[in-house]
Amino acid sequence: MLGFIGRRLIYLVPVVLAVTALTFLIASLLPGDLAVAMLGDQATPENVAALHKKLGLDLPLWRQYLHWLGGVLTGDLGASHRTGETVLHAIANRLPVTIELMVIAELGGLLIGVPLGILCAVRAGSSLDKAVSGLAFGILSVPPFLLAILLIFLFALRMGILPATSYVPLSQDVLGNLRSMALPGATLALLEWPALMRVLRSDMITTLQENFIAMARAKGLPQRRVLLVHALKPSSLTLVTIIGLNIGRLIGGTVIIETIFALPGLGRLIVESIYTRDFIILQGAVLFVAVAFVLINFVVDVLYAVLDPRIRHGRA
Amino acid sequence: MAALDASEIGGVAEAPSRRRGMGPVFWLAVGWIAFIILIAILANLLPLADPSKMTLLARRAGPSAAHLLGTDSLGRDVLSRLVFGARSSLAVGLLAPLLGTLAGGALGLLAGYFGGRIELIIIGLTDVLLAFPPLVLALAVVAYLGPSIVNLILVLGILTVPAVTRVARAATLAVRERDFVTAARALGASHRRILLREILPIVMLPLSAFFLVLVAVIIVAEGILSFLGLGVPPPAPTWGSMIAEGRDNLDVAPHIAFFPSIAMFLTVLAFNLVGDTLRAVTDPKRGTS
Repeated sequence: MLGFIGRRLIYLVPVVLAVTALTFLIASLLPGDLAVAMLGDQATPENVAALHKKLGLDLPLWRQYLHWLGGVLTGDLGASHRTGETVLHAIANRLPVTIELMVIAELGGLLIGVPLGILCAVRAGSSLDKAVSGLAFGILSVPPFLLAILLIFLFALRMGILPATSYVPLSQDVLGNLRSMALPGATLALLEWPALMRVLRSDMITTLQENFIAMARAKGLPQRRVLLVHALKPSSLTLVTIIGLNIGRLIGGTVIIETIFALPGLGRLIVESIYTRDFIILQGAVLFVAVAFVLINFVVDVLYAVLDPRIRHGRA
Repeated sequence: MAALDASEIGGVAEAPSRRRGMGPVFWLAVGWIAFIILIAILANLLPLADPSKMTLLARRAGPSAAHLLGTDSLGRDVLSRLVFGARSSLAVGLLAPLLGTLAGGALGLLAGYFGGRIELIIIGLTDVLLAFPPLVLALAVVAYLGPSIVNLILVLGILTVPAVTRVARAATLAVRERDFVTAARALGASHRRILLREILPIVMLPLSAFFLVLVAVIIVAEGILSFLGLGVPPPAPTWGSMIAEGRDNLDVAPHIAFFPSIAMFLTVLAFNLVGDTLRAVTDPKRGTS
């Protein structure tokens, strides 16, 4: 087990380093001068020269990278040249909103997907199974912003029962916060469940054909116990991986959902930094998201190996 | 996005038997795709209003004889913008996956066939790209490069490369040791000949099914970027920017967002359906007896 974690850890280092390099290099795609682009209409020669000096833009690219990487390693991701807010502060401020949104989305997705997955597996091939599977397939074709707009139209505009764009911080008013998270959370949860339901359904169908399930049934155990105790755990291996894989998609989803619902999260920070050409914030936020994503996938890999001993000893 | 994570899609279609054919839903989806492609190509020849002509007296008008699908908040004809918007969506949606499939297919073939150091380098490179949540990477690159249709095709195309590489590599691994490849090798065929004549034709099948699924994923990605104002720049109409514009008028004129939404959903669904059905047919694991 430790050997497995060690091997994955060793692989993690070059990947994270390459992620920092790529994040840094994206900035050099900018046609023209970074300082001019950042300053916009305040780009007087003096201001540009000052920003050049501050960002070290006159150094060769590899020295700029090393300088920046040194900052990253010591926790200094720079600061917005517009507001003066440090990147770390900006991320720390917005991260809780995004995490809350992702937790709501994943829990909601599991809450819908797991029961439906079990139900469809038990009645595989029935018209209920076909209807739910067809619905799941259809939902996988719904772009997130379409569903968001539909929910806003129905619940905020037509029925007027939920707010669309008035975020309330969790620390201020728990109930108000949950109300403001209801529509964005529901949007992502409704998009999440099909993937979860489908992997659980197919794994569960395989498990239900195993001998130990026949054994449990032969012993006269009630259906509920057979399903929830005997069949669910061995069927949820792929589910764990899918949850990990989904986090990448979910982060993408939060970018657009936070923008539509005006939630002050990490995704909106990225979009706003693009609109305001605040490239220091953009670079820092992208790096943070990518590194977090790599680490989450590492944890999922390890978790998967804990659950399934075959992975540990097989090819890693 | 998926955005771009096409592995989520697929699996609902059972491999249909030869006798039963593909079923009506499959052909409906094919028909819709053909229809959309046709009107996008013929947009200039169709009797449509100018998509950027503003009629300020007829803003946010509902469907009527003059404007079959109504007008938007600047009085532009929604139907005409929908048809011209199909051009942007399809140009990006077809060309970006094509680029990714060509590059990723070649990389995957090489990685799967040669193995060893080549495979290690290729897989390492794709792992770095996969380390980024795809949409975030697309946003960042477009933010620096600037939005244009060529940049969108390049960025989204490159983002599809890792997934295609994996599909192509897996398919190559599956045929590499088959008898006909060994036979070709025994006859003294060159690597190039084995790759192009023996392996490529077989790997083509899963790749083309995957291509269609990628088209669906990329249309959504392009829609998201356009919706955020980072897609094909105005005045060219795109479905994503039409939906964004309609969202601001949702309470008074929901039709502005409704029609492009339906068009986008049906198109994405159609590509997913066709891609998924073809995948079920071509998947060697499921067998096509």
